[in-house]
Amino acid sequence: MTQTSENATARTGTGSRFTFWLGVAVIAGAVALVVLGFFAAPADDEQRDAVRMIFVHVPSALLTYVAFSMTAVGSLMWIWKRSLWWDITAHAAAEIGVIFCALTLFTGSVWGRPTWNTYWDWGDVRLVTTLILFLIMIGYLSIRASGGDEEATSTRAAVVGLVAAVNLPIVNRSVEWWFDRTLHQKSSLTDGNLEDMTLFTLVVGIAVWAAFFLWAMIHRFRIAWLERELRVGDLDEAIIERRAEALHDESPVL
Amino acid sequence: MLRDVRLVALKDLRIEWRSRVTLSQIVPFAALVLVLFGFALDANRPVLETATSGLFWITVMFVATMAVQRSTAVEINDGARRALLLAGIEPIAVFLGKTVAIAAQLLVVQVLLVAGVIVLYGASVGQWVLLLATCVVATVGIAAAGSLLGALVAGVRARETVLPILLLPILAPVLIGATRAFDDALGSVAVDGWAWLGLLAGFGAINLVLGALAYGVLLEET
Amino acid sequence: MVRLRGVVALLGRFPALAGVDLEIDAREIVLVQGPNGAGKSTLLRVCAGLLRVESGTAEVLGHDLSVDRAAVRRSVGLLGHDTALYDDLTVLENLQFWAAASRVAPESVLPALDRLGVASRLHAVAVSRLSAGQRRRVALAGVVVRRPTLWLLDEPHAGLDQRGRDLVDQLVVDAARAGATVVMASHELDRTVDLATRHVTVAGGTITADRQVRAAEPGDHDAS
Repeated sequence: MTQTSENATARTGTGSRFTFWLGVAVIAGAVALVVLGFFAAPADDEQRDAVRMIFVHVPSALLTYVAFSMTAVGSLMWIWKRSLWWDITAHAAAEIGVIFCALTLFTGSVWGRPTWNTYWDWGDVRLVTTLILFLIMIGYLSIRASGGDEEATSTRAAVVGLVAAVNLPIVNRSVEWWFDRTLHQKSSLTDGNLEDMTLFTLVVGIAVWAAFFLWAMIHRFRIAWLERELRVGDLDEAIIERRAEALHDESPVL
Repeated sequence: MLRDVRLVALKDLRIEWRSRVTLSQIVPFAALVLVLFGFALDANRPVLETATSGLFWITVMFVATMAVQRSTAVEINDGARRALLLAGIEPIAVFLGKTVAIAAQLLVVQVLLVAGVIVLYGASVGQWVLLLATCVVATVGIAAAGSLLGALVAGVRARETVLPILLLPILAPVLIGATRAFDDALGSVAVDGWAWLGLLAGFGAINLVLGALAYGVLLEET
Repeated sequence: MVRLRGVVALLGRFPALAGVDLEIDAREIVLVQGPNGAGKSTLLRVCAGLLRVESGTAEVLGHDLSVDRAAVRRSVGLLGHDTALYDDLTVLENLQFWAAASRVAPESVLPALDRLGVASRLHAVAVSRLSAGQRRRVALAGVVVRRPTLWLLDEPHAGLDQRGRDLVDQLVVDAARAGATVVMASHELDRTVDLATRHVTVAGGTITADRQVRAAEPGDHDAS
């Protein structure tokens, strides 16, 4: 977080006044969330203290899908319009989404242990679908990291993004039919079974995590953007260097 | 366009027939996997019988990655992909042609694999029609997703390792669906296999459309 | 035929072409020479519509390369470094596939092979069993099959025997006489200097010398 304040004054950094205060808000929110989550919200009758996991699990699951939706839209916009802005957004969202996705899977299985008496339940449609999505997005990132021509890499990654988006409903459907039942909690937000304080804490949790997501997205986007600018600057230099090679040309004059 | 699809498919199949990679390497590999599963499950007949469908389709997935690798390698060697671009064949025709060729090879392997599970695992086929329909419909989906991702990794340096990472998770619905449908066809579990066939058809249709739309963009990136 | 202005083309992040201006007209035989890594092959690939033009304007055979590279690809004849042949297919099968894919009559295949001196006993031999020189001849026959108006030849003499080289020279002259344009990148200067009507030197991704050395080939129906 100290980086944020330093960057706020440096023009070449990825921070700005907005991200600085956003970062401060995230820290404050995180402290509030810890207090609310551990002390204010009551333990659940059945799940007992494990219920507190939802303050991480639900927001990260929501943001995973927000992030990967951004990747899907960005992929489409790169292929359709060759929009660099969307290409970088897709990449940034995929990286951050994978982290949130890992967090979702981790908290989900830790929560599942005391509640369902198992770390992993194959019958849980959302968890299994999310795992497959996680694996596909790992593939997306490995394509991003594969090097070579930059635009070609963007195009390849974009096609992976579209393949993931298009196949996700059918993955979900197949897992659902497969077990034909699901252990997963109905949406915690809307089923009305949560205590008022728990619900309030969850809403705060979503807000705090969303703010963190936005903060991370802005920084990741700007890093990638600056890298591009550096390379474009590099290109002009590279062209000059390339042309200078001609001075050493000793081929016969015809 | 159909003419070009035929042209590309026949070209790939002819290359396959000449080089005999499927017959001399992929088929023995598939048989080997069946045998190894037998060892891993301690040749336990009841376990093998319940697991037969799953083992069959896992083997098909492995075979599919090999077939797609091969289909991609054929175009990469000596820059033949460039010739496809220069010739000016519609990318959709290249996509469909290569899909057809991959599907044909997978079906040949599956015929032998069915014989393999009958002999090695003692499987008995209750519904031949369902079994055949599952093979055909699942294969269309696998080949479509495979040839699209094959083109995607064509220009990537580490394409041999990247392809399975991309292809196998995408094929998860096929593994689930085709395994359930086989369970019904082999009579090992009481499920409605025909309903699963619908899901497989959906997967095939989605990936055929996606491949047709996206293949050209990938082919451009030589 | 070819109009390039300030063309920059990248291989990955490397500017293989760093601002090329070049205009080539019909019937010219252009020799592109220069040291290894100068950008000769990249220049030919750009002209063939295979590489994206990063900046600058490029027009080949009347098509804008930033708009319709596919149209350029369909009409040029390119002999690249690799021969773009399928190892496991025979010579005839390769060229028949190529002709069918390019929508050229299959009857043009045999005369083209004949033209390049590929013996008929080789027609049914798998390409993987050919020698490097024979492979080049088959690839050249593939260019001939197309009867292109723009010939882009990357080291057309490489790996060929004396007779093969003579055949290439004849091919180039005949193409220009028939109204086509030939651009060839070559290190075989003693052979190509006199063949060419124009000498272009490429170094550091730019054109460092460009000189017309004789009049373009007269056309078959030209009065002069």
